[in-house]
Amino acid sequence: MAMETSAVRAVPPQPRGAMAADPGLWLGLAVIVALCALPFFVRNFVVFQMTMVLVYALAILGLNLLTGISGQFSLGHGAFYAIGAYTAAILMEHGGVAYFWTLPAAGLICFAAGFLFGLPALRLEGVYLALATFALAVATPQFLKLTPLERWTGGVQGIVINKPDPPFGLRLSQDQWLYFFTLAVALLLYWAARNIVASRSGRALLAIRDNPIAARSMGVDTARYKALAFGVSALYTGVAGALGAIAVQFVAPDSFTFSLSVAFFVGLVVGGVGWLPGALVGAAFAMYVPNVAEHLSKGLSGAVYGVILIALIYLMPAGAGGLVRAIGQRLTSRRTAGSATGGDRA
Amino acid sequence: MELLGQQIIAGLATGAIYACMALAVVMIYQAIDHLNFAQGEMAMVSTFLCWQMLQWGVPYWPAFVLTVALSFAGGVVIERVVFKPLKDAPVLSHVVVFIALFTILNSAAGFIWDFTIKPFPSPFGTGSFLGTGLLSKHQAGMIGVTLLVLTLLWAFFRFTRTGLAMRAAASNPESAQLAGIRVGWMIALGWGMAAAIGAVAGMLIAPVVFLDPNMMLSILLYGFAGAVLGGLGSPAGAVAGGFAVGVVENLAGTYIPVIGGELKLPIALVLIVAVLVVKPNGLFGRMTVQRV
Repeated sequence: MAMETSAVRAVPPQPRGAMAADPGLWLGLAVIVALCALPFFVRNFVVFQMTMVLVYALAILGLNLLTGISGQFSLGHGAFYAIGAYTAAILMEHGGVAYFWTLPAAGLICFAAGFLFGLPALRLEGVYLALATFALAVATPQFLKLTPLERWTGGVQGIVINKPDPPFGLRLSQDQWLYFFTLAVALLLYWAARNIVASRSGRALLAIRDNPIAARSMGVDTARYKALAFGVSALYTGVAGALGAIAVQFVAPDSFTFSLSVAFFVGLVVGGVGWLPGALVGAAFAMYVPNVAEHLSKGLSGAVYGVILIALIYLMPAGAGGLVRAIGQRLTSRRTAGSATGGDRA
Repeated sequence: MELLGQQIIAGLATGAIYACMALAVVMIYQAIDHLNFAQGEMAMVSTFLCWQMLQWGVPYWPAFVLTVALSFAGGVVIERVVFKPLKDAPVLSHVVVFIALFTILNSAAGFIWDFTIKPFPSPFGTGSFLGTGLLSKHQAGMIGVTLLVLTLLWAFFRFTRTGLAMRAAASNPESAQLAGIRVGWMIALGWGMAAAIGAVAGMLIAPVVFLDPNMMLSILLYGFAGAVLGGLGSPAGAVAGGFAVGVVENLAGTYIPVIGGELKLPIALVLIVAVLVVKPNGLFGRMTVQRV
């Protein structure tokens, strides 16, 4: 709060606001246009990969709401992704539900799961929360293989589902239709996430992140907000899981191992913690860099990936978000030429 | 009743594995205030080093000692090269680097020694301990070595200057620095010791679970569970916690029908969450008070 008022006082609000929004807005629109146009120029497999990038972006967006906005840790979001994926698969396979109705169901179930996991996690901070969620991630495949649930989950074999056909007789391939469907969902949820961050609840969460004790003493119900943040974050990741299951047409326990959670976490850090558009950058990293690493060296792909990660942490400690912020700051300070001390808003 | 007794003893035997790992986890937690998610992989690489030396015809105990020494050096080098430059980076960056180390070590080990499962010899021989049929010789040896390592550690921290300096550096870095302690090197020392203990753990575990690059992930989870149960600040607590986790795992597997063989990892999850919620400092840990 204090920082905001001082910034407003130091700089006339109008030009600064307009300048900060303009390039970002135009860039955002350009990205959306590019995302809409691309699938018409590439092969179906590439379209599928791009769908998965959007799916990952959605999951990382969820994680970003948790870590970037409310300051909680999670190495276990693969678990919520798995719950979302299984919800979609089970509903389609056993319930005969249409694919688009599985998304709200997956979202709701994951919200409940995240909220419930968030309740005990409230008492945990930093390392402890990382540990609890790490355990969740490692244990997930075993939960999914449980014998009593086999009737529903298909056990080790998993469930195969069908790819939906484009509706209204649209002349798109299945992959293209699914891509646009995912894009629409992702844009909707991104818009919602921005509004959440800008809302009263978002401010409360930011306050909790920056100083939990101060937030509590100002009357923010930390427990409730933290659990809610966990729930909403899980909701995003769950919807991503459902979309991912539909795109891959298959769910099985071993698709949801610890490395999936790691991919989300790495994507979050690479994209920039607290910078929502970074989710897309992080998702592209999570999707393509392992391939690049494999291309560089078949046997040592994991090692190459690890080295790339360490290099990134050294070079861009705040991820792509930090890089963009630094560039933006340089541009604004050049334009306003000394009249402002650069944006200090994160 | 006899079944119960047997299960408890068998639990203690597996618990020794977790106790070893938990000890390594606590060591590094003391030094850097973080949990090292790459700890298991570091131990795995150490074990492979020992295996390689054995393949080259080095006798067991020299290979053992050499491996511990190399692991110690390796731990120090990792701290100096990778983590020292990131000293002031946020926790998130540290976790990412842990993950990066994890994948690097895992993939390098797979590349050098491939992913096939290898048997690993036990220095204590095969057969049952004292002819009772409850414990194998190796399990008894494992419990013995764990307790020995714990005693050595306790003596080190209690009676040596370096041990005292390490404790000071961990509990209050600024004051320790002002008192002339080289805090940076104490942290590196902590890494080295953790790597060495991890190496011991790895070499003791390998005869039981067999050697392969992925052998450590679930064991690390149990090690964490043990460390949390005992309290992350207390080496003795971690060992006790590790043994307790082994017993709980075994009893739950025997007496709760759903769990059987397939729910063992979720037990660790439930244990971790339960302990953190009910008694976040663990059974033997001290309460930490946050200063505002």
